[in-house]
Amino acid sequence: MAEPRRTTAPVNPAEQAGHVDPPPRMGFFTDTSVCIGCKACEVACKEWNLVPESGLDLLGMSYDNTGALTANSWRHVAFVEQARPAGWQSSPPMAGTPSGPPITRATAEAAAGTAVDQGTRPGVLPAPDPAPAGAMAAGSQFLGMPGTGLPGRDAERDGRTDLRWLMMSDVCKHCTHAACLDVCPTGSLFRTEFGTVVVQEDICNGCGYCVPACPYGVIDQRSGDGRAWKCTLCYDRIGAGRMPACAQACPTESIQYGELDELRDRARARVDRLHADGVPEARLYGHDPDDGVGGDGAFFLLLDEPEVYGLPPDPVVTTRDLPRMWRRAGLAALTMTAAVVAAFVGRPS
Amino acid sequence: MAEAHPVGFQWVMEAKRRGAKVIHVDPRFTRTSALADSYVPIRAGTDIAFLGGIVRHILENELDFREYVVAYTNAATIVTDEFRDTEDLDGLFSGYDPDRTSYDQRSWQYAGHETNGQVDTATERDTAAGLRHESHGPPVAGQAQRDETLQHPRCVYQILKRHYARYTPEMVERVCGVPREKFQEVADAWVANSTRDRTTMLVYSVGWTQHSVGVQYIRTGAIIQLLLGNIGRPGGGVLALRGHASIQGSTDIPTLFNLLPGYLPMPNHAQHPTFEDWCTSIQHPGQKGFWGNARAYAVNLLKAYWGAAATPENDFCYDYMPRMTGDHGTYQTVFNMIDGKVKGYFLLGQNPAVGSAHGRAQRLGMANLDWLVVRDLFMIESATFWKDSREVETGEIAPERCRTEVFFLPAASHVEKPGSFTQTQRLLQWREKAVEAPGDCRSELWFSYHLGRIVRSKLAGSTRPRDRALLDLAWDYPTEGPHAEPDAEAVLREINGYEIATRRPLASYVEMKPDGSTLGGCWIYTGVFADGVNQAARRKPGGEQNWVALEWGWAWPLNRRILYNRASADPEGRPWSDRKRYVWWDAERGEWTGYDVPDFEKTKPPTYRPAQDAVGVAGIAGDDPFIMQGDGKAWLYAPSGALDGPLPTHYEPVESPVRNPLYGQQANPTRKVYERPDNPTNPSPPEPHADVFPYVFTVSRLTEHHTAGGMSRTVRHLAELQPEMFVEVAPELAVERGLTHLGWAHLVTSRGVIEAKVMVTDRLTPLRIEGRIIHQVWLPYHFGSAGLVTGEPANDLFGATLDPNVLIQESKVGTCDVRPGRRPTGPDLLDYLADYRRRAGLDGHHPPIVTADRDGTRPADDGAPDDETGPGRQRTDRDSHEREG
Amino acid sequence: MGVRTWIEGWPVYRQLTGTDPLGRGAAAKSAASKALTPRTDTADSVARSICPYCAVGCGQRVYVSDGRVTQIEGDPDSPISRGRLCPKGAASLGLVTSDLRQQRVLYRRPYGTEWEELDLPTAMDMIADRVLAARDATWEDVDDRGRPLHRTLGIASLGGATLDNEENYLIKKLFTAMGALQIENQARI
Repeated sequence: MAEPRRTTAPVNPAEQAGHVDPPPRMGFFTDTSVCIGCKACEVACKEWNLVPESGLDLLGMSYDNTGALTANSWRHVAFVEQARPAGWQSSPPMAGTPSGPPITRATAEAAAGTAVDQGTRPGVLPAPDPAPAGAMAAGSQFLGMPGTGLPGRDAERDGRTDLRWLMMSDVCKHCTHAACLDVCPTGSLFRTEFGTVVVQEDICNGCGYCVPACPYGVIDQRSGDGRAWKCTLCYDRIGAGRMPACAQACPTESIQYGELDELRDRARARVDRLHADGVPEARLYGHDPDDGVGGDGAFFLLLDEPEVYGLPPDPVVTTRDLPRMWRRAGLAALTMTAAVVAAFVGRPS
Repeated sequence: MAEAHPVGFQWVMEAKRRGAKVIHVDPRFTRTSALADSYVPIRAGTDIAFLGGIVRHILENELDFREYVVAYTNAATIVTDEFRDTEDLDGLFSGYDPDRTSYDQRSWQYAGHETNGQVDTATERDTAAGLRHESHGPPVAGQAQRDETLQHPRCVYQILKRHYARYTPEMVERVCGVPREKFQEVADAWVANSTRDRTTMLVYSVGWTQHSVGVQYIRTGAIIQLLLGNIGRPGGGVLALRGHASIQGSTDIPTLFNLLPGYLPMPNHAQHPTFEDWCTSIQHPGQKGFWGNARAYAVNLLKAYWGAAATPENDFCYDYMPRMTGDHGTYQTVFNMIDGKVKGYFLLGQNPAVGSAHGRAQRLGMANLDWLVVRDLFMIESATFWKDSREVETGEIAPERCRTEVFFLPAASHVEKPGSFTQTQRLLQWREKAVEAPGDCRSELWFSYHLGRIVRSKLAGSTRPRDRALLDLAWDYPTEGPHAEPDAEAVLREINGYEIATRRPLASYVEMKPDGSTLGGCWIYTGVFADGVNQAARRKPGGEQNWVALEWGWAWPLNRRILYNRASADPEGRPWSDRKRYVWWDAERGEWTGYDVPDFEKTKPPTYRPAQDAVGVAGIAGDDPFIMQGDGKAWLYAPSGALDGPLPTHYEPVESPVRNPLYGQQANPTRKVYERPDNPTNPSPPEPHADVFPYVFTVSRLTEHHTAGGMSRTVRHLAELQPEMFVEVAPELAVERGLTHLGWAHLVTSRGVIEAKVMVTDRLTPLRIEGRIIHQVWLPYHFGSAGLVTGEPANDLFGATLDPNVLIQESKVGTCDVRPGRRPTGPDLLDYLADYRRRAGLDGHHPPIVTADRDGTRPADDGAPDDETGPGRQRTDRDSHEREG
Repeated sequence: MGVRTWIEGWPVYRQLTGTDPLGRGAAAKSAASKALTPRTDTADSVARSICPYCAVGCGQRVYVSDGRVTQIEGDPDSPISRGRLCPKGAASLGLVTSDLRQQRVLYRRPYGTEWEELDLPTAMDMIADRVLAARDATWEDVDDRGRPLHRTLGIASLGGATLDNEENYLIKKLFTAMGALQIENQARI
């Protein structure tokens, strides 16, 4: 039923979704260059939206014990420890310290196997199995983001002079072209007058079609409930002219809420400022109306490649080809539906 | 700061946006470091060496803000020729008594004031007398000799210069592990940003206080800030980021053994047997400054306590006051519990089983009481030690043999009671009550009021003298609501004080009368109910006032937001620069004015000079901004008041893997120790066996948790964010010890063992100290066995050794062993610990307070660790010193 | 509800007759979405409060409906915090409404192995008795040279850094009158 996607910036998606004279499109600009990783956003979101606990597991991904955006975590702060300079640092943090050469699997295994017994009895001997030490030393699995070979990780670096600690509060992107909304068969997912994408829990039947549709892996079904849950951009609050809970709590204005056009201007100015201040790696993500999702309602200023933060480098709306496929089928269905409606409405009430 | 005070950090980010440079010095790279322009790793416990290096840099290069320094500090003041520095005495100042491990301060005095100092600082130490100076300086009598050219060899400026001469960048590197280039970067930035036009702010979190030289850490920071003219000026200062909602309030209106409200001293049996003795000791007749009115403050407190019963004839019931005889601090008390001397213990929103140093002693102490009352929001470890503590596991506590009777009373939360908190900048903010407390939950106001009511009713009719203090107590607060909650505002009115005849609230402490016609519970809070209005409840939005926001809440004293703000103007009363204008003299109107309430007599002109014999407030000149100091000057050099020396000196932490590179004296020679078998101290050089505990550990907070965890491990949305105890180690140490990421490790000290998950991180780095690689590990101290997320308490690793000035324990640095795998369990744990103590040679042995010199490894002052000439010469110095003592 | 209303409430009908033929926005808005108002707007009362965690002293607004706290968030008027909160401050609602909060007095008798319940007035009475007994058992009138002591070292207290000034004032006043000296708080720790 959807119209073919335009490749240029659309008019306000709220208008496209039938909202007459909608208010300006609202969104988030998350400036990771000032994020202090406090996670106030995660908590404020959960308190306001009554989101349940998402598990008590120590993940070992730096200070990230949330892991990902899920039905029970609508904000997620990622932490990435990197042996790279931060542009604002006037000197490398660990310069001049006797930090060792990069640990490798081999050196770690050797060390684990040869740890000196301190003669303590009774006691617990040093790990007799060198394998865990080797695994630990293999690099990126023990620091920052999981997985290996991410850009920004440099397992073979010399010493540890440079260090920066990236933090980013991730959230639903409220895409201009939202595949979750496209595939929702119940009308539970809808476009609000603010241009945001919201799951209406009184409608959602838990079919889960939206989950694989999201190019960012954001939307998720809640176990034991079945329905899909995600950030609503605090639809209730913004409808009353208030700020979303996360943005209000954010101590350093890393999360900024406002009219999307204004936020985009602000973000460009911020990037320029950072470039001028010696942070050339600053770049925007999700701000571009010409990208694969038509631009995000929640976009970011990043200090590294998106993959480093666990974001897809080039997201594309997964329903890009659907309109063509469905046009015929849709027309047929619509005709039938109209007939049924006419039959009912025509009767006296 | 981003880590523990994130919302305060918004102002740092704001400053950064405007071009401010942020420098972060910390043993570990934290969330603050992540945003800092410069991060400086440092060995825990060496801050005085680092800051002393900055002092040296300023003085050697004459980079101080000379006009400010000469006019506003005691840099020009001449010190007695009896004074000997640590440079002369190898780490001790003159006046040291090795038997009492304390100083006679007479040789530290200003020239001509030699009779001024405290002779018996051991008593001062036991009563944590340093805390009294939170609101005012110690006394100085009369005028001091000054040399405003700063050239006199015994003027403070020159003494300071000599004292820090060896704190070179090279020495900083040797002691702190801070590379020279890093040090230079900080020194240059600090100086460059401290001018008429710019100010630099020094912010510390109160981990600084948790050292055996904690007070001197802060003094070193203050010396730098004074030399650079950064005190009393906007954007300057030494800011303590305190960690609890009203910890400032609980010092101002203290629940502390040695203080009464407003920093009045609790009477001492020997020093203050009579009311006159007590008043005199506070007032210091002949003293300059605002303490001249101390008698009125004392009388008003006694009138607030005992109301109509307190009369001039009975010295306002002074005899009702309990008397100190020594150290009655929390650690002494805990050891007394273990020894069976304490019957009952109240824990009012405090969880010492996790939150206090030496957790084992805390728990064994509680297990040896008659009764314990725990009041908290949640079930905490301190209430359940008898059934699930580590000592139950080891068999040291058996429930069926533990006689302590425990009452757990649930407490009301902050939204279930009205009242005021005093935040970290002395600002009182009133909270409105939102809802009734559920079930049996009650406020501490309710608990203390009704406990007093019941106790008084049980004593009714008693004729025993000891009961008079309770029966005569002014204890008639109005109550309200279904639970008969006392009216908190009525209590605040009493704290503020009023004229008794009319009940008119006092507007200022200058209205307090010494004749009993007024009363007031805390003189520094007078004014919080001025005009009968709860000033702490003022809520004029920040956006509708200037940036000082004087109409939001109320700050003591008299709503001043920056203390000593007279120093924001030059001696003539003009702003130092237009950019930094704050408070200035308006000559036309003949008064001080500005954005803040001037911290100065409003109409005293800058040109005012006191008569030679002027005392009290009249003794303060018009260009003396430091009005609570006896001489109106800020003290670079403290002739009295600090018990461990007139100048900060680097001592190694009580537990250190290295020998003090600066002096023969290893650790603070006046530290408060409890030499008991249950309070061992790990050996440090030159004692043998320091290698049994080769690593340095430090502890602090995570953003996601709060202190001992009672208010965060119990809260679902916080618990999930940091769900388990962990230890952060550098990759190099992980290799050295075979630690695996997310595997187990355990840490051992002579007091305890804890286990934790391993977090291997680049955010920790080894440091090179004296040619050795020193590893530091970091632990959060939030975890315990109760709540949604659990872990072993880091404070179990510490013993109790205290700063001599304020009796706060060294719990930010210690030495330990780190081993892979989990700890032994059950009684095996005791054997494991005993074996460590045996190998460390600690069976019955405590490190000497004055460093013994037996193996001749004491470093020479030229920096060579094994210099042959060093020890002999220094021993001679020591001998001569000991003859002095 | 009549059939017409029912039909008109049917999204597909709205979709066909309204501005949103694709059924993605206006037509898809559910009844619950239409009725949505932030619970802070319907609160019975709002208390101006201060965060109970660290000493920054951030302003909080505490929203109450039907005698229950329904939301706690930053007070934008505060010149200190400007409406912002850290994760702890933001979790204040969870703190005060937690089902883990103890709401009843518990009592562990000497040598007991389990908690027992006790009513509050009885507990207060028992505590008062014990205070008086401990005080009498350890009372010191004078020192060895006859100087006044007027005290007991048999009773100690620890706490106060998260308590109100008014509470600390009464605690210190009562314990001082009792003769108890060992009154301490977090500021020493």
